[in-house]
Amino acid sequence: MASVAREWREIPGRYNTVGTKCGACGKIYFPARSLCPKCRRASVGKMERYDISEEGEVYTFSVVHDAPDANMRMKPYAVGMVKTTDGVLLTGQIVDIDPHRIEIGMPVRTVLRKIYEDGESGVIHYGFKFVPKW
Amino acid sequence: MVKVGIVSYGAYVPRYRITPEEIGKVWGVDGKGMGRGLYILEKSVPHPDEDVATIATEAARNMLARTSVPADRIGALYVGSESHPYAVKPTATIVATAIGASPRMTAADLEFACKAGTAGIQVSMGLVGSGMAEYAVAIGADTSQGAPGDALEYSASAGGAAYLIGKKDLIAVINKTVSYTTDTPDFWRREGQPYPTHAGRFTGEPAYFRHINAAAKMMMEDVGTQPSDYQYAVFHQPNGKFPTRVAAGLGFTEEQVQTGLLTPRIGNTYSGAVPIGLAAVLDVAKPDDRIFVVAYGSGAGSDAFDITVTDGILEYDRDAAPTVSKLIEDPVYLDYASYAKFKGKIVMQE
Repeated sequence: MASVAREWREIPGRYNTVGTKCGACGKIYFPARSLCPKCRRASVGKMERYDISEEGEVYTFSVVHDAPDANMRMKPYAVGMVKTTDGVLLTGQIVDIDPHRIEIGMPVRTVLRKIYEDGESGVIHYGFKFVPKW
Repeated sequence: MVKVGIVSYGAYVPRYRITPEEIGKVWGVDGKGMGRGLYILEKSVPHPDEDVATIATEAARNMLARTSVPADRIGALYVGSESHPYAVKPTATIVATAIGASPRMTAADLEFACKAGTAGIQVSMGLVGSGMAEYAVAIGADTSQGAPGDALEYSASAGGAAYLIGKKDLIAVINKTVSYTTDTPDFWRREGQPYPTHAGRFTGEPAYFRHINAAAKMMMEDVGTQPSDYQYAVFHQPNGKFPTRVAAGLGFTEEQVQTGLLTPRIGNTYSGAVPIGLAAVLDVAKPDDRIFVVAYGSGAGSDAFDITVTDGILEYDRDAAPTVSKLIEDPVYLDYASYAKFKGKIVMQE
C-alpha cells in the first residue's frame, strides 16, 4: 500500500494522464519524468508538462480472472494498453464492457474511477480507466 | 438586475440497470406491480468503481466539453449529494482537480437530501451575480442507498449533472429562483448509518406535495406566469408518479413534463434527479422556450427556477458531449446477485 503523500504527488497523472515532453528531443513520457533518459543533461530545465490525449484505441489487452482484493467485485475484468491519439501507450483497466467483447483497435476514452480504497477508514484512490468511446 | 444563467451543462448516468421485477423476485414481492405503482421500469446502478466523485467528474467533464470557458476561470465548485464518498473530506476538491479548476477557487460539498444540486445552483447564482466569481459550477450527483427489501430499493439509483453558471454567453437565463423551506422529518439518514429511513406515507402530502406546490405557486405569483406560459416543466422525481401528480395538480400537462421525466428509465438519482431532468430538456430546447423547475429535498425544502432559453443555444455545441438520451440508450441489465455485489451489499472476507 503506497503512502498517502506518494499517491497525492501522483494525482496529476492519475486523474488526467498528465505526462511530460522533452523540450530537446520531443519525446513524451508517462508517468511524468523530470529528466529525459535519452537527452539527459540536454533536457535539464526543458521537460514540459504534456496533457496526453484522453482518447485512443486498444493496443492490446488481457483478461484478469485472479483479482487482487480491491478488484474482487469486478472480476473477470480487462487490463489493456491503449495507444492514445498522440501515440502514447497507457496501461489501465477497461471497464463498462464485457471483457470478451473487447477488440484490439476498439476506440476508448479515459474516465475517472476508484482504483482502490485503503480499507473502510482509509483514503480512496482515484485514477483513470478506459471505457468504450461514446 | 444582472442576468445570471446557464453557460453550459453536462450529465452522466452509469451504464448498469436492474428492474423492479428482479428486485421483487428476491424479496417475495410483486416487483413488476411495485414498478407499475411507482412508475419505475428500471433503475441505474453504479459500477463498483463509481461513486459520487467519479459521477460528478464525468458530468463536469461533459459540461466543459460543450464550452470554450477554460476550467481555471471557475471560481467556485459545489457538489450536492447525500452519498459523498467521505463523511469528512470534500468531494468537490476531487472534482475540481480532475477538471482542472483547482487551485484558485473555492469549493464545498452540500447536502440537502434530493435538492443539494439545485441548492448549489442557487449558491452559484449568488456568487456570480455579486461578482465574487466569474463562473461557478453546481453539481447534483448521488449513488443513493436503499435498504435491502425496503421500498426505496426499487427506486434509489445513481447519476448526476453539472451546471456552469455565469453572466456571459448564456444558453439559458435563470429569471428567478425562490425556495420554500420547513423542518419536516420525512426522510433521513443518521451519521454512520448505511441506509436512510423514511416516514412512509408522510413523505407524500406534508412533504413532497406541500413543498413543491408552495414553491411553484410562489414562483408563478412572483413572476406573474401560469403553467401554459412554459414549454417544459421539471419536478423532483423520486418515482414516476409523484411528478406527474404534482404537475397535474398545478395545471401542467403531461407533454410539458415528459421530456424532463427520467425516473421511469433510470430511477431516483436524488440530488441528480432535477439536474438530469433539466439537462434532458436543454438537450432539445429552442430559443425562447421557458422552463419551470421545482426540486424537492426531504427534511424539507423546494427550490423553484424560472428559466428562459436564449439564442445562445443555437451556437452552443450540444453535440460535444452525450445527450441524456444517448447516455441511457445502451444499458446492461444486472440480476439481483450482481446488483448486490456491485452495491457492496455482500459482506466480503477481510
